[in-house]
Amino acid sequence: MSIENQRREMVDGAAAIARGALDAGCNYYAGYPITPASGILTHMLRELPKVGGIGLQGEDEISSMGHCIGAATAGATVFTASSGPGLSLYSENIGLAIMMEVPLVIAISQRLGPSTGAATASAQGDIQFMRWCNSGGYPVIVLSPTNIPESYHLTKRAFKLAKRFRSPVFIATDKETVMTTESVSEAEMINTPVWPEIPDEPVGKPLDPYQINGSIHHYTGSSHNEEGHITKDPDIIAEFNERLKNKIESRVDEISLVNADLQDGAGTLIISYGVSARSMEAAVNHLRDQGEKVSALTVYSLWPIPEKKIKNCLKGIKRIIIPEMNHGQYRHEIERLTNDEIELVGVNKVDTFLITPEEIMAAYHG
Amino acid sequence: MAEPILDTYIAEENLPYEFCPGCSHGKVLGALSNSLKQQGLDPTEVVIVTDIGCVGLSDKYFVTHAFHGLHGRAITYASGIKMQNPDLKVVVLIGDGGCGIGGHHLLNAARMNTDVNVLVFNNFNFGMTGGQHSVTTPFDSITPTTSFGSTDAPMDIAGTAKVNGGGFIARATAFDKDLPEMITKAMNHDGFALIDIWELCTAYYVVRNDFGRKEMMGYMDNMKMESGILQETERPSFQTSYKHIQEQASQQKTMSGLVLETNFTSDLDRPVRIVLAGSAGQKVVSAGNLLASAATLSGLWTSRRADFPITIQTGFSVAEIVISPEPVLYSGIVKPDVAALIATEGKAKIARLTKAMEASDTIYFADGLGDVDSPANQLPLEFPESAKKDVRKNISALTAGFLTKELNLFPFEALKEAVRQIQKPKITEINLGVLAHFE
Repeated sequence: MSIENQRREMVDGAAAIARGALDAGCNYYAGYPITPASGILTHMLRELPKVGGIGLQGEDEISSMGHCIGAATAGATVFTASSGPGLSLYSENIGLAIMMEVPLVIAISQRLGPSTGAATASAQGDIQFMRWCNSGGYPVIVLSPTNIPESYHLTKRAFKLAKRFRSPVFIATDKETVMTTESVSEAEMINTPVWPEIPDEPVGKPLDPYQINGSIHHYTGSSHNEEGHITKDPDIIAEFNERLKNKIESRVDEISLVNADLQDGAGTLIISYGVSARSMEAAVNHLRDQGEKVSALTVYSLWPIPEKKIKNCLKGIKRIIIPEMNHGQYRHEIERLTNDEIELVGVNKVDTFLITPEEIMAAYHG
Repeated sequence: MAEPILDTYIAEENLPYEFCPGCSHGKVLGALSNSLKQQGLDPTEVVIVTDIGCVGLSDKYFVTHAFHGLHGRAITYASGIKMQNPDLKVVVLIGDGGCGIGGHHLLNAARMNTDVNVLVFNNFNFGMTGGQHSVTTPFDSITPTTSFGSTDAPMDIAGTAKVNGGGFIARATAFDKDLPEMITKAMNHDGFALIDIWELCTAYYVVRNDFGRKEMMGYMDNMKMESGILQETERPSFQTSYKHIQEQASQQKTMSGLVLETNFTSDLDRPVRIVLAGSAGQKVVSAGNLLASAATLSGLWTSRRADFPITIQTGFSVAEIVISPEPVLYSGIVKPDVAALIATEGKAKIARLTKAMEASDTIYFADGLGDVDSPANQLPLEFPESAKKDVRKNISALTAGFLTKELNLFPFEALKEAVRQIQKPKITEINLGVLAHFE
C-alpha cells in the first residue's frame, strides 16, 4: 500500500458537494430544507459566512431560486440544492435563468417519488425532469457523480460549465450518495480525475453584473435584444432562441464526459450512471472474474446526451443492459441511438432498494 | 436634498407610456423619478426590479439598471441583488396581483428586513389580463371572475408587511403630492421598506365599480386603512445583521475532511455486511461510525448508511455498515452477514433483512430479542460481567466492542483509536470506559 493510499477520509456526498462548491468559488447559496438534500444546505449556510459569502434559507424553493438568480445578476457565484419536490418549485425560475443566461448550479438529491413518495429512499427518477423542467424545453447540462470523490470534482466542474455556458447546470445525485458516509482515499478527493479541461471563457458574451459606475444593464425574462430590452421582432426572437439552444447542443462534445470500460470481443454493453453505475462496476468485475467478456459505460454528462461517446462503444455490441432506479428514463434515450439489431434490456427498480450487482448479473445471464 | 445628477430618470425616448388613459402608473413612475433626482443617485446605483402585470412594463422607462422577472417573485430577485451588492439601491415595482401570488415572499422579506424598497401599484384588480379580482379587490366588487360580487376579505398589504416586522411601512395614493418625498424616506431607511400606493385602473376596475378618486378615498376611510407612515423601526436590516454574522463566522475554521491514517492492519479477505438495529437514543448510528472508522484505520474500505424515522427521537434506528478489503461499490444490504439486534423497534424494522439471512450468517441479540424468524445462526450478545451497569445507557458502544472481539475483522485497538479520533472529548471518555470492560 502506498503512503498516499494510507490516508483516508470518512465523508458523505453532502459534504463532498459542499466542499466542491466552496472550492469552485461559490459565494452565494439559498435553499430550503428537504431530505435528502438538507446536509448540503447546512454545510453551505455554516461555511459561506466564514469566507465572506452569503448563505440563506429561503421561505420556499421558489424564493431560494429567486434569490440565487438576483444575486447572480449582481455578480455572485450561486448554488442551490434540493430534491424532486423542490425541483417542482424551482422549475419556473429555471426557465428565467435560461432566458437571462445566468450561471446557476443546482444539485438534485433524488428520492423515490412521485410526490412525497417513499421519503426517503434513493431513486433516479428525475433524470428527465431535470432536462425538461423549463417551458420551451431549452437544453440544460446535467452531470451525475457515482461516488463521493466524483461528487466533489463534478460539482467543481459544474461551476465551470455554468460560467462558460451561462446556464443552469444540474448535479444529479441521490439519497444514497448524499447521505451515506464512506471511506475514501484523501488523494482521490484532492486529485482531479483526468477529464478534458473546460475553457474559462464564456461561449457568448460574459455576464456583466450590475455595478455602480458600470454600464447600464437590463435583465429580463421576456424575449429581448442584445441590450436586454424586450422585443417583439420575430427575427430577433428566433435568433435568440436558436442561440440558447445551440450554445449547448452544438458543444455537446465539449460537455460529454463518460468512462468507457470496453472489453475486446464483448457482445454486451452495460450503460449506467449515478449510484447504479457502482453496482454495474461490481457486476462487471464479477462477470469478468467468471470469464465473461462484457463492456461498461458510465455516463457522467447525462445531458446533453453524449451521443458520439455512446455510439463509439457500440462496435460488436448485440445487447445493451441499462440499470437505473426508474422505469427506464435513460434507456429510451439510448434507444434513439441504436438500431433494431441491438437488444435493449432495462434493469429497473422503484422499490426503495438500490439495484444490486446480482440483479445486473442476472440480466446479463438473461 | 442631494445635488441632482439628472433632471429625470425617465428614458424619455421610450415615452409616451403604454398605460391606458387615466391609469395612475405613470404618476407613480414620475414620483419615483423625482425621488431619485432628490437623492442625487447615479443611474448605475439603482436597480429597478419589476414584477408582472402592467407595472411590469415599467423597466424600459428608466435609465437605471433593471430586472424583469416572474410573477410575484420580484422581491426575491431584489433581495438577492441587494445581498450581493449592498451599495446598490434596489426598488421593486409590483402590483396587488404580485403581492397576492408572491405574498409569501412579501411577508418573509418584511420578516428578514432585507433592505429593498417595495412600491406596490395597488389598483384592486388584474389590469393586464382583463380586470380579474385580486387579493385587494374590495367586497362586493364586480370583476370578470366575481360576476356576482366579490366575497373575499381584501388583503391589507401595508398592514401585512407591518405586522411581519417590515422596517418602514407606509400607505399612499398615486395622487399624493408628497409621494416623491415618501419614496425618498423609504429608500433612505436601512431595512425593508414598503409603500402601498393606491391607484385607479381606468380600463377595468373604475368603470365596472364606479370607483373614482373620491370613492377610493372614501373606501380607505371605511376600511380604516389609514394613509401615511404606519411603521418606522430601527431594527437592523438583514444586510447589517449578516455583516455581524460574517465577522463572527470568519473567526472559525472552514470545513475540511477528517483524515484517518491506516496505522492498523487487517487480513479480512471478503466484504462483511453488518446491520445494527436498535431504537432512537441508543446511539446506534454513532456505533456504526465507530465500526466503520475502526475498519478504515485498519486499511479496510467502508460505507455506513443510516435509517431512522423522521421523528428522530422515537422508533427504530438502524446502521448498515459494509466493511471490505476493496473499495465498496454496492453499499446496500439485502442480506447481512451479521445483524445485531439491540431493541425491539430495530428488530421489527430489519425483519425482512434477517429473514433473508442464511445458516452461515449470524444474528446477535440482546436480552429478550432472540427467537428471530430466520435461518441464521442466533447467539446472545454477551457483554463482560463488569459491563452490566453500562448496558442500559451504552448498549451500542458495547455492541461495537463485542462485535470487534467476536468477529475479529480488525484489531480492538483500532476501535479504541476510532473513539479517540472521531468522537468529542466527553463521549470519548465514556466510550473508552465502556470498551475497557473487554480488556
